[in-house]
Amino acid sequence: MSRDAGRLSLILLFAPFALWIGLLIILPQIGIGYISLREKVGINEYEFGFKNYADFAQAAVYRNTLFRTAWISILVTMLALVLGFPISYYIAKIARERSRAALFLMCLIPLWVSDLVRAYGWIVLLRETGVVSTALVSMGVINEPIEMLYNDVTVIIGLVYTVILFMIVPLVSTMQGMDDSLLEAGFNLGGSRLTVFRRIVVPYAMPGIVAGCIIVFMITAGSYLTPVLLGGKNSSWFTEQIYNQFITRYNWEAGATFGVLLLLFTSLVVWLGLRLTGQSLATTVAKDT
Amino acid sequence: MKPMIRGLLAGTALSMAAAPLSAETLRLLTWGSYAPDEVIEKFEAEYPDIDVEVTFSNNEEMIAKLRATGGTGFDLAQPSHDRVNAAQQEYNIYKPLDMSKIDTDVMTPNLLEGVAANTTIDGEVYSVPHQWGTSGIMVNQAEASGVTGWGDLCNEEYQGRTSMRLRRTILLGMGFAMGYDPFALYDDKEAYQEMLNEVTQKLIDCKSVIKTYWTGGDDLSALMLSGEVVVSETWDSTAFKIYAENPDIVFVPPETGALAWIDTFTIPRGGEADDAAYKWINFVMRPEIVKLMSASTGAIAAVPNGIELLPDDKRAAVEVAFDQSDLDNLKFFANIPPGLEDMEGMALEQIKAASGN
Repeated sequence: MSRDAGRLSLILLFAPFALWIGLLIILPQIGIGYISLREKVGINEYEFGFKNYADFAQAAVYRNTLFRTAWISILVTMLALVLGFPISYYIAKIARERSRAALFLMCLIPLWVSDLVRAYGWIVLLRETGVVSTALVSMGVINEPIEMLYNDVTVIIGLVYTVILFMIVPLVSTMQGMDDSLLEAGFNLGGSRLTVFRRIVVPYAMPGIVAGCIIVFMITAGSYLTPVLLGGKNSSWFTEQIYNQFITRYNWEAGATFGVLLLLFTSLVVWLGLRLTGQSLATTVAKDT
Repeated sequence: MKPMIRGLLAGTALSMAAAPLSAETLRLLTWGSYAPDEVIEKFEAEYPDIDVEVTFSNNEEMIAKLRATGGTGFDLAQPSHDRVNAAQQEYNIYKPLDMSKIDTDVMTPNLLEGVAANTTIDGEVYSVPHQWGTSGIMVNQAEASGVTGWGDLCNEEYQGRTSMRLRRTILLGMGFAMGYDPFALYDDKEAYQEMLNEVTQKLIDCKSVIKTYWTGGDDLSALMLSGEVVVSETWDSTAFKIYAENPDIVFVPPETGALAWIDTFTIPRGGEADDAAYKWINFVMRPEIVKLMSASTGAIAAVPNGIELLPDDKRAAVEVAFDQSDLDNLKFFANIPPGLEDMEGMALEQIKAASGN
C-alpha cells in the first residue's frame, strides 16, 4: 500500500518534467527533423530525402556562417571563462560571508532586464553619436566621433556581457564547496601560487568549468537578438539565417534542416571540447561528491 | 468588514455577469501604428459588443503565422497587395471577401480595382485596399544634395553615411536603377536570376559605402535624426514622420519611380468574427477615422481625398516629396509568384555574408 503510494507520488512528481521534456522538447525536435527530410518539388508537393542537407553542403554561405557562429561562440565562451573565473573565485573564497550574497546579487541584476533592453543599452552607449563617443570627444581624447557599433567586437562584448552570469553561477557553487585547508596544504607543501592554482583550484572547479562552458557555448550559439542588433553589415549569424528561411523565404524545409544542423554541430563541438580537454560528463558535471 | 466583502463579491459577480455581453472579439493582425488606441476606443464605443485585440507584425511574419495555424487565430489581416495571391494559392490561409458588406464606394476606384486584380483567385476577390505608400530614398539635404535614385546609396561621396534595409525592396530598387524592369521578369525565373546576380554583385561592392543595414522604422529614424546617416532607403511614411522633426530630411522618389505598396484588408480562412471584421473595415474608411489613422501611420488612405486627410505636417512632407510626374511614375509592386522569395533570399544571404569594409 505505502509502496504504491510512494510510486504514485513519484509518478506525479515526475509527470510535469516528463511532459515538459516530451511535449516541448522531444516532440518539436521530431517535428523539425521530419520537416527537414521533406523535399519541396512543387506547390504543396513533397518527397522524402536528404536534398535539403545536400543543398546546405553545397552552399558556402551557410557553411561559413555556421563555422563563424561556432568560432565566435567558442571565443565568447573562453572570454567568459577568463573573466568569470576570478570573479567567481573572489565571491566564493575571498569575499566575506556577508558581502558574498550582495556580490552574487549584483551579478544577477542584469538578468532582471530583458535581452532586448540590454542590447539597446549597448547601442545607446556605443553608437557614433552615443554616450562613449560623445564623452571622448568632449574630453578631447579624439577629434571626431567614432563608430563603435556594428562590428564583431561589439557583438562579442554584448554576448560576453549577456552570458557571463551563466559561467559565474556554476563556478561559484562548485568553488564554495572547496575546503580552505586544501589550499593551505598546497602552500605548506611548498607549492607556488601557480602550482596551487593549476593542481588544486582548477581540478576542483572542473565540474563548474565544464558546466559553465557548455551552458555558455550553447546559449551563445543559439542567441539571436544580440548578434542581430549589435552586429553590422558583415555580421551574419546562423540563427538569423534560420529565421530568414522560416519567415522571409517561406522555406520551412531548409529552416528545419538548419535547425537540426545547428543542434548536431554544437553538440559535436561540445563533445570535441570534452575530448580535447580530457574531460567527460560523468567525471565532471555528473560527479558524485 | 463583512458587508464590504459581500459588496466586493456582489461587484465581482456583476462584472462577470456583464462580461458575456461583449461576446465578440476582433483579433487584428496588422502593422505597428495601424491600430491607434484612439481609433480602437471609438470603435469599441460604437460597437460595445466587440472587443478589439491587436497583434503587430509585418508581411513575412503575417504569412508565417497564418501558415503555421492554417489561417486561424486572427479575424482580419493586413498584408500588402502583392503578398496575397501566392500565399493563398500555396498555403490556403485566407477566405474570399463578401463585397456586399464593404462600402467599396468610398475607396479610390483605381486602387480598389488594382488590388482586386491582384488578389482574384477563381473569380473570388480576397482583398480590398486600406492605405498605400511607397519606398524610396530619404535624404538629409543639409548634408547631401543631388540625390536622384537608388544608385546614390552606393555613391562613394557619402562613404559610411548611407543605409538600407536588406530585404527584397532594395533588390528591386537596385534592379530598376540598373536598367532592368524586375516586375516584367517575375515570370521568367532564369532572366530574374540573372538580374539578381547583377544586383547582388552591385550590392556587395556597395557594402564598403554603407554604414549599416537598418532593421525597422525606429532604428532608421535614430540613424537619420542623429545625422549618422544622410542618405537611406526608406518607407515614405517614416520619412514623413521624420520631416516633422527635421525639415531638412525629405523623401525623394527615385527617378526610376518610387515603389508603391498597398496594404489591404484580407480575412484569414479561420477567422471567427467576419461581421466584426467588415464593421472595422467600413469604420476605419470613414473620413474622420482616416484622419486619425493617417496621423498615426503616415500612410495615405485608399480614399479619393487621401492626401487631403493627412495631418498638416505630413501633407506638407508629401507635397515636398511628390509632384504629379512622380505620382504618375509610381511602380506598384506586382504579384510575387511562388518561389521568388526563395531566390531573393539566397541573394540577400550572399550580400550579408560577403565581406566588405
